[in-house]
Amino acid sequence: MEESTISGESNENLVSEIPPKQLDQAASEKIKLPLWRLPLIRNCGIGIVAIALFFVISGHLSLYRNYQLAEVGPYILALLGLSLLVGQNGQISIGHGALMAIGAWTFALFQLHTKLPLAVLLILATLVTFIFGSLLGLVAARLRGPYLAGTTLALALGLPDIATRYRSLFGGYQGLQITQPSPPAFLGATFSAQQYLAVIDMICIVIGIIIFANLIRSKTGRNMRAVRDDEIASRISGISVQKTQVFAFAVSAGAAGLGGALLALVSSNVSPGAFTLTLSISLLAGMVIGGTGTIAGPIWGAFIMVYVPQWATTATEKLNLNQGIAANLSLGLYGVLLIVIILLAPMGIQGLLRSGFSKVVLRRQGKLSK
Amino acid sequence: MSNLGNFVLIGLSNGLIYSVVAICIVLIFRSTRVINFSQAALAMFSTYVAVSLIDRGVPYYLAFLIAVIFGFIAGALIERFLMRRVESKSPLNAVIVAVGVLITLEAMAGVIWGATLRNFPSHFSLIGIKIGKSRLGISPFDIFILVVVLVLLGALVFLFRYTKLGMMMRASAFAPEVARLLGVRVGRMLTLGWALAGAGGAVAGMLAAPRVFLFPNNMDAVLVFAFTAAIIGGLDSPVGALVGGLIMGVSLSLIGGYLGSDLENPGAFLILVVVLMARPQGLFSSISERRV
Repeated sequence: MEESTISGESNENLVSEIPPKQLDQAASEKIKLPLWRLPLIRNCGIGIVAIALFFVISGHLSLYRNYQLAEVGPYILALLGLSLLVGQNGQISIGHGALMAIGAWTFALFQLHTKLPLAVLLILATLVTFIFGSLLGLVAARLRGPYLAGTTLALALGLPDIATRYRSLFGGYQGLQITQPSPPAFLGATFSAQQYLAVIDMICIVIGIIIFANLIRSKTGRNMRAVRDDEIASRISGISVQKTQVFAFAVSAGAAGLGGALLALVSSNVSPGAFTLTLSISLLAGMVIGGTGTIAGPIWGAFIMVYVPQWATTATEKLNLNQGIAANLSLGLYGVLLIVIILLAPMGIQGLLRSGFSKVVLRRQGKLSK
Repeated sequence: MSNLGNFVLIGLSNGLIYSVVAICIVLIFRSTRVINFSQAALAMFSTYVAVSLIDRGVPYYLAFLIAVIFGFIAGALIERFLMRRVESKSPLNAVIVAVGVLITLEAMAGVIWGATLRNFPSHFSLIGIKIGKSRLGISPFDIFILVVVLVLLGALVFLFRYTKLGMMMRASAFAPEVARLLGVRVGRMLTLGWALAGAGGAVAGMLAAPRVFLFPNNMDAVLVFAFTAAIIGGLDSPVGALVGGLIMGVSLSLIGGYLGSDLENPGAFLILVVVLMARPQGLFSSISERRV
């Protein structure tokens, strides 16, 4: 009942995101559809194909390229989580860097003190951050807009200091070392560690995207958007605003935690310096630039987060300036690019692509005159 | 003088600086509904302008005045040419543009003035006042800050509560459409709000610089604490910002003094959570809690 009330609303945004009628009915009335048309099955299929493709492609890339790709992965996951929270559920967080830190340290501590396999370590990191996220979500569900932004900002500032304070447990400024796993023997002797990292990243990302894609098409996802668009109306329709918000926060945190664990794995170290306030803020920037709430947005956002600063650095290095000025120039270039991208693509890169795509389609159908 | 007393006094004098920045955040929130991250960079930049004037022999107060005018103009320009373009978009876009401005200004300051720490002259002594045999944790400079904060606060309360201009600014922030229909030049009000916040930021930068030294991102930490202070106070109330700043200053000083300075930042988070769980809209907010 409650779903139909919401989907019946004249809110254009909401209506456009609801899956084709057939699928919706299939879910509720158990109409028999071919298996491959069920979203979960279809998404998993696409995911497996994507992983297999990536596996082949990454074999042809250099060690350095593979490492570069592996560097991007953690941010894609963190951005997926953030994008779900902000874009679908309408809550803001400037503290996702801190959540990544929790995942990273969980991973490091379990690796240090136990002999669990890699997959279990990653799941544990996700779970612990999920639990922390649901606690934080309880706080967040009472706060709105700038109040929530400020609280999460304070978390991002405060949490890394815990690591320096409790040196014996968390390793202080130097942090903790992580041993990178060597690729299993059945992949062959030529399979590099870098390629292995990139493939692990890819598997985690695909799982993350499948969960994201299914979640936003599910009842929970519709509830989230309802809460985002109008809390009072959702309450009237029988949606528990608090439960929805806490759940969104927890899932979002879980994704960030997995991202943090991967970041620790890729950089083979966890230290407070990697999880500063700057990280949280650039995550937010990466999300908006990629396209808030979309599935592909986090991918664009993560590539921009990782490569634009690197590119700005190499661009300014070529000018042969003294080091201080060059560093500042590249920082300034990054700042200017942030502003320019937001001004040119207010809906993010994915929004830009999407509107470009729909224009092409409309023009083909002759519905748009030039 | 007991330790406790001194920690409280030091906390109060730090808190006053948070208060000044918090008041600016409240000002800009009241007049534009945007969280302004570029505030810190504007404050820093204006302070650099002042210090290079002072280096060239310009008297302190004149340099102070010029810095404030610079902040005013810079704030207006940022609103008119950048913020105006994202005003109608999602509020997050404004936040990100402000972050972009913050990064760019900090980098520019680094290029122009170098990234090294530098001292900033203060017109008053920074050494604690002597009473009897012991020195207090409060200096003549702190008293100067207090006076400036009170003047700033008085001016703001007067502007927003008793003048037509203040009323128009509030109206443009709360209900731009209605305000426009009633003949308020909403765009101009927004520009003015940013300009005033820029000027206030310059004051804050000038007051904070002798304490935290001057370097391109010297105001970042101050900004975060000021933001938490503004939230504790209720984001909407200048008096709340003052009280919030003092609460933050004193509690951080006590945490730092008794538990260790590395617990100050986590402490700020805890204070915020405790206060907001009791009052989700802050201590002094006039808007009643939204009942869903």
